[in-house]
Amino acid sequence: MSTTTHTPGRLEATLRAQRDAGKKCLVPYITGGLGDDWLASLAAVIDGGADACEIGIPFSDPVMDGPIIQQANDIALESGVTPESIAADLRGFESPIPLAFMTYYNIAYRMGHERFAKMLNDCGVSGSILPDIPMDESDEWIATADENGVENILFAAPTSPDERLARTGVRARGFVYAVGLLGITGERQSLAESATKIAARTKNHTDLPVLVGVGIGSPEQAVEACSQADGVIIGSTVVRRLVEGQGAGAVRELIASYREALDTAFPG
Amino acid sequence: MTMTDPGPTGRFGEFGGRFVPETLVPACIELEKAFYDAWADPEFRQELDTLLKDYAGRPSALTDCPRLSEELGFTLVLKREDLNHTGSHKINNVLGQALLAKRMGKTRLVAETGAGQHGVATATAAALLGMECLVYMGEVDMKRQELNVFRMKLLGAEVTPAMSGSRTLKDAVNEAMRDWVATVEESHYCLGSVMGPHPYPYMVREFHRVIGSEAREQINERHGRDPDVVTACVGGGSNAAGIFSGFVDTDAELVGVEPAGGAAVGDGIPGVVHGMLSYLKQDEWGQVLEAESISAGLDYPGVGPEHSHLAHIGRARYEQVTDAEVIEAFKLLPRTEGIIPALECAHALAWLSRDREALAGKLVLMNLSGRGDKDVNQMMEILEL
Ligand SMILES: Cc1ncc(COP(=O)(O)O)c(C=O)c1O
Repeated sequence: MSTTTHTPGRLEATLRAQRDAGKKCLVPYITGGLGDDWLASLAAVIDGGADACEIGIPFSDPVMDGPIIQQANDIALESGVTPESIAADLRGFESPIPLAFMTYYNIAYRMGHERFAKMLNDCGVSGSILPDIPMDESDEWIATADENGVENILFAAPTSPDERLARTGVRARGFVYAVGLLGITGERQSLAESATKIAARTKNHTDLPVLVGVGIGSPEQAVEACSQADGVIIGSTVVRRLVEGQGAGAVRELIASYREALDTAFPG
Repeated sequence: MTMTDPGPTGRFGEFGGRFVPETLVPACIELEKAFYDAWADPEFRQELDTLLKDYAGRPSALTDCPRLSEELGFTLVLKREDLNHTGSHKINNVLGQALLAKRMGKTRLVAETGAGQHGVATATAAALLGMECLVYMGEVDMKRQELNVFRMKLLGAEVTPAMSGSRTLKDAVNEAMRDWVATVEESHYCLGSVMGPHPYPYMVREFHRVIGSEAREQINERHGRDPDVVTACVGGGSNAAGIFSGFVDTDAELVGVEPAGGAAVGDGIPGVVHGMLSYLKQDEWGQVLEAESISAGLDYPGVGPEHSHLAHIGRARYEQVTDAEVIEAFKLLPRTEGIIPALECAHALAWLSRDREALAGKLVLMNLSGRGDKDVNQMMEILEL
């Protein structure tokens, strides 16, 4: 296993502290700019007890996303949301928890690595999650991210051989995103067997927090995944409520239900 | 050196690469290894060549066009990929990939299709080799290429509409990639053009190299020299890459023809989507723009990375034609030579017709990538005969 030599950023430090306290990390995803009052959704996620939050910058062709997040992307894009408008909204928002932008690489590529990194710095976003640029293509982006103190999260997939997991463990910052199943984002009836397996395999190779995301749709599934993982990422189950217009109250309750389930199972 | 092996990074100059989710990286690496292995294996080459000959009907003919040549004022020669089994060049690539998939132990082929020609070819290969086949097709394209939807079903494939975005080729690619992410263990993604993550752009070009190799021999035999101009329509760019590869080391001018509504090289800037860094029509924030073309097979905002490279280094140039010009050009070949071209190829014809003066006296080789039967329904609504 590799131990990290870099200084943890805000995201990593927060998640490590949670783990070191014997607790589990809860990181919800919301789509940036989804509705004029999307900051109320972010506030609800925070109120509900999240440790960090992923904010999606909508992209026209989100190949890792299922129907719910695709729909949220489309709604936000149609209303004229841009990376810059999301950043501008966040500039007035003092988040008590660390944030990460989740988007697709072309958004960062088009803007330019330097400008993209500076935009994150400037609006108080700690991390970047870009699922379509694997570490093999990431040298330049990671160098710029490192220079600017942006924590670039990398993925571990059920298909990744150990050799790749080892390299991922060294190159990732913030946390390692362990993909829970073979597939795209969306809620599933039950937790895939691959979820705990990939979490355990990844943890053999890194001492960064390892969070399972993709395919987690209930607090019970979250607890199950955390038998191995340091935490979970929940996306579609949150965004579905927003797309359905259930509002911030429903999101707060949902996050609180995950928080309670995790804290009960892993009180620290 | 151009149009050779891009090496392990899969880069053509600065373009190409492998921009896919981690889940798919090992599959791309496995495919890359399997392709290199198979391509160096005489037995595999023999098996593919036999299929190309006895099943697909290769070599395809080279046809002189005396009447149209006279009308245009230059010597036009057609490479007849329309005469291949299933009616287009797509079968060259598909037979290669299907054999490779089988060799890799895959049982299912997933494909995207625009005009339906690649879907039909994939369904055909799946039937031939006893594999399962699922084809994603934009809902808009399923309507305008109804005939090909029926052909695919008849061949035993499942056709699933892509309902997102512009509901055309770009969205079908997204759906196929999403499928592949979920089924990567048993499925091979049978990508239909020289695009996507490494090794696809290289591999698909190699499977289509046969077009250029045959044409080089045929035209030299018949006309005693290499052509002055080699042209083909460009969607993702596979038929163009195939014919260009045979002439890239000659003095021939290489001209790709893009639809004005989907001119990635002409109007795009470098961007990353569908696994590759290439010219891409996108807005100031990097959102991919929807293409708009009369031809479902070219209705795509991106282009294969090797074409971006060929354009960048000035070895090939890329012209644009409008839908209106294409509709006019569609009528040329049937009337003068008794050949109904696919709407895609009518793009190359439209450019030839428009630029006839500049081409005067030259020897021009055009890749006739497919036949027009699939477009007849659509054209019946546009043309008054
Ligand atoms: C006859 C024909 N030509 C060309 C194309 C475009 O593909 P490419 O640019 O990869 O040759 C298609 C795609 O459907 C086609 O059917």
